[in-house]
Amino acid sequence: MLRAANSVVVLFAFWLLLSGYFTAFLVTAGFACAVAVVAFAWRMEVIDHEGHPMHLGLRPFAYVPWLLKEILKSGWQVTRIILDPKLPVSPTLVRFRPSQRTDVGLVTHANSITLTPGTISVEVGRDSFLVHGLTRESAAGVVASEMDRRVCRFEGQR
Amino acid sequence: MSLAIDLASWALLVAGGFFCIVGGIGLIRMPDFYTRMHAASVTDTLGAGFMLAGMMLQAGLTLVTVKLALIGVLLFFTSPTATHALARAAMTRGVQPLLADGEGAPSKR
Repeated sequence: MLRAANSVVVLFAFWLLLSGYFTAFLVTAGFACAVAVVAFAWRMEVIDHEGHPMHLGLRPFAYVPWLLKEILKSGWQVTRIILDPKLPVSPTLVRFRPSQRTDVGLVTHANSITLTPGTISVEVGRDSFLVHGLTRESAAGVVASEMDRRVCRFEGQR
Repeated sequence: MSLAIDLASWALLVAGGFFCIVGGIGLIRMPDFYTRMHAASVTDTLGAGFMLAGMMLQAGLTLVTVKLALIGVLLFFTSPTATHALARAAMTRGVQPLLADGEGAPSKR
């Protein structure tokens, strides 16, 4: 119930930001829409820890700045590889075991790997990730990484 | 003041354009399917990111900036998902990656 109420608040805030109209009628209509959407989602039973992961609190917001910094760093490395006349790539596949327990954690870890240029998660499972790296170093860099630890922290593990 | 913001915004837009072009060059230069996807992800993340940041500076503190930020959030979630789906589909259909150490198939464990 709390999760549903929180969903209404988030959806309504989203609606307000996108519309930019603040007349009484439109705001009421927007609120009614937010309630209706949550009611439908409730009937479909998709308001759970996965559809609306509010139990994570604000921890994801602490993770994002670090991830952006990593994207900048590895993006610059890939740029240098692309512009290097010798094109020094050494594509490598690596399989390793992620230490996340929850689905949200695993998805976040896999998406973060793909989002940083130079590494792509090819197969994602509970007990093994298969990652394609542009160079040997970038592939080796995803095994038992800083990213792994940080995603664990945000999903609430020690 | 507005000159400083304009300059910063221009710098960001030019940087975004630079990374888009680099991604395009990489797409052509890379040797196989999987390595080309790495080049495309430079366009996805740095190219789009810098351009959105530049446009946000142009828009200032308005709802337009909020919408640009939401576009960024959308890209942040959809582009890795699409990339992963593409890589996985290629692997399932048997597109063999070119590997530096020894040739051929990854051990299916």
